[in-house]
Amino acid sequence: MSSKKVYWKSVAQLDEKNEIVHKLENNEFVEKIPVDEFLGDEDSMNQSSTNRRDFLKYVGFSTAAATLAACEGPVIKSVPYVVQPEQIIPGIANYYATSIADGFDFASILIKTREGRPIKVESNSDASSMGCANARVHASVLSLYDIKRLQGPKVEGKDVSWNDFYSQLKAKLKAMGNSGKPVVMFTQTFASPTTQSILNKFIKQFPNIRHVTYDAISSSAALDAFENIYGVRALADYDFSKAETIVSIAADILGDWQGGGYDAGYAKGRVPKKDHGKSKMSYHAQFESNLSLSGANADHRFPIDPASQKKVVAQIYAGLTGVSLKSNLNAELTKTVAEIVERLKTAGEKGVVVSGIDDIAVQEVILAINNHLGSKAMNAAQPKLIRKGNNSEVVKLLSDIKSGKVKGLITVGINPGFTLPNADEFLEAFEKLELSAAFAIKEDETAAAAQFIGATSHYLESWGDYEFKKGHFALAQPTIKPLFDTQQFQDVLLKLMNTKTNYHQEIKSFWKENILLEKTWNQSLHDGFLTTDSSIEFNLSNIDVSDQINKLSLSTSNGPSLVLYTKTGMGDGQQANNPWLQEFPDPISRISWDNYLTVSAIDAKEIGLKNINVSNGALNGSYAQVSVGDKTITAPVLIQPGQAKGTIGLAFGYGERKGLQEEMQVGVNAYPFYNNFDSVQKVSIKPADGYHEFACVQLHNTLMGRGDIIKETTLEIFNTRDKEFWNPIPKVSKNHMEYEVTSSEVDMWQSFDRSIGHHFNLSIDLNSCTGCGACVIACHAENNVPVVGKDEVRKSRDMHWLRIDRYYSSGETFKADDKTKEDIDGLGDSLSTFGKMEQASQNPQVAFQPVMCQHCNHAPCETVCPVAASSHGRQGQNHMAYNRCVGTRYCANNCPYKVRRFNWFLYNKNDEFDYHMNNDLGRMVLNPDVVVRSRGVMEKCSFCIQMTQKTILDAKLAGRQIEDGEFQTACSNACSSGAITFGDINDKSSKVATLIEEDRMYHLLESVGTKPNVMYQTKVRNTDQT
Amino acid sequence: MASHYEAPLRKPLVTGDKTYHDVTLDIAAPVEGKANRQWWIVFSIALTAFLWGLGCIAYTIGTGIGTWGLNKTVGWAWDITNFVWWVGIGHAGTLISAVLLIFRQKWRMAINRSAEAMTIFSVIQAGLFPIIHMGRPWLAYWVLPIPNTFGSLWVNFNSPLLWDVFAISTYLSVSLVFWWTGLLPDFAMIRDRAIKPFKKKIYSLLSFGWSGRAKDWQRFEEVSLVLAGLATPLVLSVHTIVSFDFATSVIPGWHTTIFPPYFVAGAIFSGFAMVNTLLIIMRKVSHLEDYITIQHIELMNIVIMITGSIVGVAYITELFIAWYSGVEYEQYAFLNRATGPYWWAYWSMMTCNVFSPQFMWFKKLRTSIVFSFIISIVVNIGMWFERFVIIVTSLHRDYLPSSWTMFSPTFVDIGIFIGTIGFFFVLFLLYARNFPVIAQAEVKSILKSSGEKYKKLRDSK
Repeated sequence: MSSKKVYWKSVAQLDEKNEIVHKLENNEFVEKIPVDEFLGDEDSMNQSSTNRRDFLKYVGFSTAAATLAACEGPVIKSVPYVVQPEQIIPGIANYYATSIADGFDFASILIKTREGRPIKVESNSDASSMGCANARVHASVLSLYDIKRLQGPKVEGKDVSWNDFYSQLKAKLKAMGNSGKPVVMFTQTFASPTTQSILNKFIKQFPNIRHVTYDAISSSAALDAFENIYGVRALADYDFSKAETIVSIAADILGDWQGGGYDAGYAKGRVPKKDHGKSKMSYHAQFESNLSLSGANADHRFPIDPASQKKVVAQIYAGLTGVSLKSNLNAELTKTVAEIVERLKTAGEKGVVVSGIDDIAVQEVILAINNHLGSKAMNAAQPKLIRKGNNSEVVKLLSDIKSGKVKGLITVGINPGFTLPNADEFLEAFEKLELSAAFAIKEDETAAAAQFIGATSHYLESWGDYEFKKGHFALAQPTIKPLFDTQQFQDVLLKLMNTKTNYHQEIKSFWKENILLEKTWNQSLHDGFLTTDSSIEFNLSNIDVSDQINKLSLSTSNGPSLVLYTKTGMGDGQQANNPWLQEFPDPISRISWDNYLTVSAIDAKEIGLKNINVSNGALNGSYAQVSVGDKTITAPVLIQPGQAKGTIGLAFGYGERKGLQEEMQVGVNAYPFYNNFDSVQKVSIKPADGYHEFACVQLHNTLMGRGDIIKETTLEIFNTRDKEFWNPIPKVSKNHMEYEVTSSEVDMWQSFDRSIGHHFNLSIDLNSCTGCGACVIACHAENNVPVVGKDEVRKSRDMHWLRIDRYYSSGETFKADDKTKEDIDGLGDSLSTFGKMEQASQNPQVAFQPVMCQHCNHAPCETVCPVAASSHGRQGQNHMAYNRCVGTRYCANNCPYKVRRFNWFLYNKNDEFDYHMNNDLGRMVLNPDVVVRSRGVMEKCSFCIQMTQKTILDAKLAGRQIEDGEFQTACSNACSSGAITFGDINDKSSKVATLIEEDRMYHLLESVGTKPNVMYQTKVRNTDQT
Repeated sequence: MASHYEAPLRKPLVTGDKTYHDVTLDIAAPVEGKANRQWWIVFSIALTAFLWGLGCIAYTIGTGIGTWGLNKTVGWAWDITNFVWWVGIGHAGTLISAVLLIFRQKWRMAINRSAEAMTIFSVIQAGLFPIIHMGRPWLAYWVLPIPNTFGSLWVNFNSPLLWDVFAISTYLSVSLVFWWTGLLPDFAMIRDRAIKPFKKKIYSLLSFGWSGRAKDWQRFEEVSLVLAGLATPLVLSVHTIVSFDFATSVIPGWHTTIFPPYFVAGAIFSGFAMVNTLLIIMRKVSHLEDYITIQHIELMNIVIMITGSIVGVAYITELFIAWYSGVEYEQYAFLNRATGPYWWAYWSMMTCNVFSPQFMWFKKLRTSIVFSFIISIVVNIGMWFERFVIIVTSLHRDYLPSSWTMFSPTFVDIGIFIGTIGFFFVLFLLYARNFPVIAQAEVKSILKSSGEKYKKLRDSK
């Protein structure tokens, strides 16, 4: 139906005579538009400054601008799964058991992966040995995403394909084999049965090749001693939980001594346990030069020079066995040794003596002592196999290379061009070799000098099998496909041998034949380890070490000694390009991003070395020149309390320049001083010009007599006195009545009803905390804590959510400090006494205290936030809503624990902070469950709420109760010594609920009335003479 | 005239035998005349400082608070020091214009205009800091309880910072209204004298159509009294609330019940010092010696002396209470204040605030213009240090020695502070050239009736 409707526009239309209507029927406009007039008016056109060309420019520009403005923002393409992998559910983490074995760190671990990306390392607590991940192992996941990694094989500095690499290397090896030119395979300690079998086959095929193992930090003396006595090249294993008396002579048993991994057992014996009504804990005496983590945890620590240490070993042996040996120790030390001997005699088979001195004689005497004691703590039948390096073989190899006896060298997993004492000479010779090849993960000094660079995969991309300890096997499996064009060294060997199988298949078949027996491969791979009861056979009754003790008792030192050591954070320096580890403050010195010469205060004064604090508090240390033989370096000095007089400490692992980002090229290289692989060297020191700027996170070292911060007591008092005596709750007066500060009488707050739901608490046992710092790195990884770099740390702007405070006593002991403060009489005395208390003692007691957000039930931070960004949760957490925070920092000021951390700058995607959060590769390590904070907001520990919520949701989904131990935080999970316990105190059966009732329990700064949800267990020291 | 009782014993508040017309001419002179060279020089310096400060603020907002010298332990330093300092300075204006009005201190009339201008300009400076010290200043409006669509988010009424927001904004608005009310008849005077139409237009806008009717005057008087009544509690409340920022916290050295009166006394102290600083210059530059007389300066010096002594007592009380409390953290905090690494700040504060005003006991010194000027500067330095001491020395060593550190300002910290001084003087110099700097309408009411000049003429006949 066609429409006949006529629409009218206005009333005027009805008037037929209307002119306008008439006009509009024919014209668009009523009046004529004077276009001609306008364009024709030449005068006005000429006056206009806009000519035709300008006009066109304007048109062009505005069109372009309008077009651009209409464009969409950058398109980020995300590729969805077409077919979702069976194992990977977005948002759900997968865990794999694997192992790390980089030649220095060996451990059975669990890897948390998210959407196929490994993002966190956790301890494999089920593993029977080496199941504890230390700080470096925790940080190793970030080394996977290192932008400085080698991304493919190279020949003569050019990128090549693996096929070319194989064919060229094979041709060269064949040619050299045909002409009988000797080639050496120079490797790290693998501790891998399958690798060993492949190597054996390879050497059979290329008989001109021989294998030399090298440990950058040598344990050769201990290996030789063990081999001499027990016939096997291995290291005695120790279980310190079985020891009642531990005597260590320069053995950093909580550090990297003989491969480390002893802290869990040690910590177990350090917690006072009720036994026939009396509590018992182990006694630990430490003789050493540098203040080590072990010395810091010891009950008695004796700072003595290395020569005296040897004499002490001899005297202990003599004292125990009754062999007559003239004592040439000073009177005080003689008395000390006599006391130690008495203690060992009392302990009998529950005593153990260990030493880290690089001297075969010492190590033999140590084995003899433990054998004499019948020490249950020492296990020689199932020794450790994680160090294999042989000093004499390495020395011989180096002379062979120089003399030209060896024509080719293939290095694997080591960087001798940096770690050898005479690295320059080595590199010179290495470059001249007919064949030089390096299998390395980054282009370090050695790789850069090699003709062939085999880019090896990171351990998280690799297969592997290990025998950490006789009979204790472990497996490694890839947790991600190789990120780059890399191969495992073992696969390369198989390829070179024209084997059809790969390393994975080799391991599997090797295990089926030799290891698995009745166990299944899948189960072992799932567990990550396999324990058998195989052990070494030996037969000995008495070890004769009379020659050795006579030799040792004659040890003398002339002049100062340099004592080289490894730092908890850096170890041998393999992971120097790891920003987490660089920013990790050393547990003892609390200095990050550096190594330094540790000098005792007396020596420093004599030599003229100083430590000063500049106007913003930051620490400066004067430079000193140290010379060992003809080698001299200039390094900064740290005046270290507890450093033995006449000794100087210097850590390995720093000063590397190749394969490292510029920011990480910090510190000085200590390896040139590692002559004869002896960590003790004769040295001369003199002051040098200028001051070095340290990045130290703790600028005040003493506790100032504030005994309520770290409460401690002695075992004797703990056993005999009431809790009120050694762990009193502070009191406050109200209406002339004294009330405990925890009493509801003196509480003006309204509390939540906490009886329903979960109420999270965290307990930190100051007795078992060794200060190892694994929790610090675990927290860093779990919570996407930014790395801020040396300059910012120096400005006291470190971002760690969890820190481990370290205090030195100012007097002999912390108790003495408390008394000194109590005894202050009058204003004048307080001025001078407090001044003195700021200085640490020459041989201080040391205390560690992990501090994170205390999650106060009466939180001072919550009341002061104007926008309520900080508020309390029903489960006890103190929440921080980042996106609500406007950044007034009032909360941080009002926090008595100073645990809040402010984002002073934008720490991600910012070239000023060029660490892992500034590149796509490094950002792969970020935990997707935790937001990355922007600048201007406050952040802090959240009690890992992402983890507790997941536990709650999982249980809810499964319709079950949550069991004790399911609730974990990153720190409690990482703590292998069991010092950190997390859980729900509303679950009365939980461990944390019993801990809160413990006599040793106290809250930090209880008197402030903040009612924290973090508790500490009083430190008990076994310092009473028995 | 009956309304002007002439006390025969009292010294005249306005000297120089002025007539009403003389007053008008004197007050209008700076507005109607041209700025001299010195004005331009000082103005350029102030403007440069202001622009430099703006640059530093832009740098801070663009890059982050990390450009300042703050750290994990010392979260506030120069920012809040400057904030409290400027708020404190602001106090004198309100005290002079409101409290003294209620107490019928007629001498205030010559100085209240400028004192209150100073208040407003310094509160503007103060108001800058709480905003720019935020990590995310673009979200500063979140501290206002405005209805929003962010969900159930609301401000935290427990937070002293929120109380600050109300205290400062109330203070600024009441002061501004009070000031402007007083300005109305004077603006009208300038309007009426103005020759150029543009100027006439502007001043007629500024004077809100003041007509000078009796009703206008009556309302003017009433409003002034009401506003004075409103502003008087503000004199006490603003700095009390500012002191709550510290007093309600748990940090030793902050957690002190003495803070409210102590802060108010300190604020008046520093405010009067700043009034002295400004007026001693202004009376010279704008030839107002007959209005702002030695008597004014002396009276203000007496206030400075008294408040300075109150502050001194407060300092000593703090030390006593710290000792008497028996709390080791308190004791150490104050010991550290006086003898720790920042001893120089503490003793600068003590010297400037407690010792220097004691010179004012001597009539000769308190009537010396040069000396008063010097002391006014010294007091302002001292009061800046007082806030620095309270904020930084309390924070830098609190409970856990592991967190103890120090603070050192960066060029940005310093630049922003200097910038606010520049901004303040830019505003004040513009004010001095465009506003009637003395409440001439009020001053005319304290002229000895028809003016001393005519009386003398009459008496001589």
